[in-house]
Amino acid sequence: MKQVLLICNKEFKSYFSSPIAYLLMAFFGLIFGYGLYTATAQTVTLSLRSQMMGQSQPINLNDQIIGPLLGFASTIALFLVPMITMRLIAEEKKTGTIELLLTSPVKDYQIILGKWLGAMLLFLCILGMSVINILMLFAWGKPDWKPVLIAYLGLILQGGTLLAIGLFVSTTTRNQIIAGGVTFFVCLLLWLLSWSTAFETSVGSQVLNYLSIVTHFDNFAKGLLDSKDVIFYLSMIFFGLFLTSRSMESLRWRA
Amino acid sequence: MIKVEGLTKRYARTVAVDNISFEVEKGQIVGFLGPNGAGKTTTMRVLTCFLPPTEGTANVAGFDVLEHPLQVKRHIGYLPETPPVYPEMEVAEYLSFTGQLKGISSADIARRVDDVMGRCAIGDVRNKLIGKLSKGYRQRVGLAQAIIHNPDVLILDEPTSGLDPKQIIEIRELLKSLAGEHTIILSTHILSEVEHSCERVIIINAGKLVAIDSVANLTNRLRGSEAVAVVVDAADGRPNPTDVQQRLEQVAGVSRVVMKESRDGRLAFEVESLQGRHIRADLARTVVNSGWGLNEMRAVGLSLEDIFLQLTAAEQKDQNAAEPEKEGEKK
Repeated sequence: MKQVLLICNKEFKSYFSSPIAYLLMAFFGLIFGYGLYTATAQTVTLSLRSQMMGQSQPINLNDQIIGPLLGFASTIALFLVPMITMRLIAEEKKTGTIELLLTSPVKDYQIILGKWLGAMLLFLCILGMSVINILMLFAWGKPDWKPVLIAYLGLILQGGTLLAIGLFVSTTTRNQIIAGGVTFFVCLLLWLLSWSTAFETSVGSQVLNYLSIVTHFDNFAKGLLDSKDVIFYLSMIFFGLFLTSRSMESLRWRA
Repeated sequence: MIKVEGLTKRYARTVAVDNISFEVEKGQIVGFLGPNGAGKTTTMRVLTCFLPPTEGTANVAGFDVLEHPLQVKRHIGYLPETPPVYPEMEVAEYLSFTGQLKGISSADIARRVDDVMGRCAIGDVRNKLIGKLSKGYRQRVGLAQAIIHNPDVLILDEPTSGLDPKQIIEIRELLKSLAGEHTIILSTHILSEVEHSCERVIIINAGKLVAIDSVANLTNRLRGSEAVAVVVDAADGRPNPTDVQQRLEQVAGVSRVVMKESRDGRLAFEVESLQGRHIRADLARTVVNSGWGLNEMRAVGLSLEDIFLQLTAAEQKDQNAAEPEKEGEKK
């Protein structure tokens, strides 16, 4: 465990010793802030309009602003994750530092967990940028805090899944651009799978729909904590990390 | 300390290392020599558990690389060809990271980092980013990383590449000070490197073991004949070069005379003797008796370079007689 934390700490720090961490946080903060602004403005306008028409409807901050906004955040995550994970192993392979890791007395799983946790910490920092916005809603309104927490849990689980997939892709190449590009493609594909039930409801398309990252986030966004969604994400994370460890081992044999 | 038996490593199409066996005893410095692509790095990577062997076994500090990789790694310090440094980290930070990665407790780490920085003379850059360092410094940071956990076995892939002559000497001194308690294998294609710092040499070529012996033995074995450089004074242009050459060839025991150069009124020859003959006295007498000025005479020893070229060339000539030299093993 000590070694895992050591590697995690090193990964996390190295994100902040290049512009990438600041860039991603700023990028996410900006987009999320703009999202909050438009969502709030729209809701307020709608509510004013309905008041003028004499049918006063209370604004539900959770359903009208926070829910859609965090759903939007889950989509942005699809774009952020490849940029976080692309360097994880690919860079080490390129610069040869992988030799240091693989010849040090640490187990593969310790390296993998450390790297994944390091990326996870950065992802949490990025998500943290949105908390500032949400806190403003709490300052001027009275949203229910439980669904918000559940939605964040969903974002974290979904992020963890995508990061595990990205980590796996990063082990397969020494080229960061390829690692990033392929991860992005896979993220996009997992997102598109949710469209498979749009026109037909055969078993095949339902399975595809189930595999989509996004469908499992919907419940979280609504504030529903369903164990089957949690289990889906946890097993996907495990699967991604498992693939990574297989790929790391094959590194030695192919080298 | 290190025992390699029948080690073979095959990649998809090529055989990088072909049935190599050798042993290294505790405290020795062994030079691993071979032209580029001979399989030096591959062998080292097998020893450090970076690559698994295709066939054969490798045993480091009593542990098999396949069965107990973690134990092997604990006993090994490894400096790969390109120092495995993170450019975005500071030197002290990096050493602290690698030290802890190798199992040094956080209580000891600061002391160990200071210690290796002193030994590798990198204390003056401790708070600099590694990415900003020169090649020489980076190489020494890599070396510091390899010795930080005080390993029994040090495996260094071309440790002196990219260093200036002064730094090379410092590294040599450092390696010598490490020998004794540490067993060191270093690979290089710079032959003088081996002559200076190694007790034994392992020469491999095209994946095969060519020779394994002490430096002195190798030189002796191959230096059957003696080579002498003779420079004759010809200031007034009188002795005719062909004349001199003929006269030298007539000296008893001479096998070959090669005209090297004729410049500034001097004629330089290289004279090779037959096996086991001492010809220097006779050569000198001949020159002086002929009335020429003997300007210079010195023995041209076979350098390790010659030995190396002879061995690797011979190996390539008859691939069929593939039984490599294994003298060193029997000892």
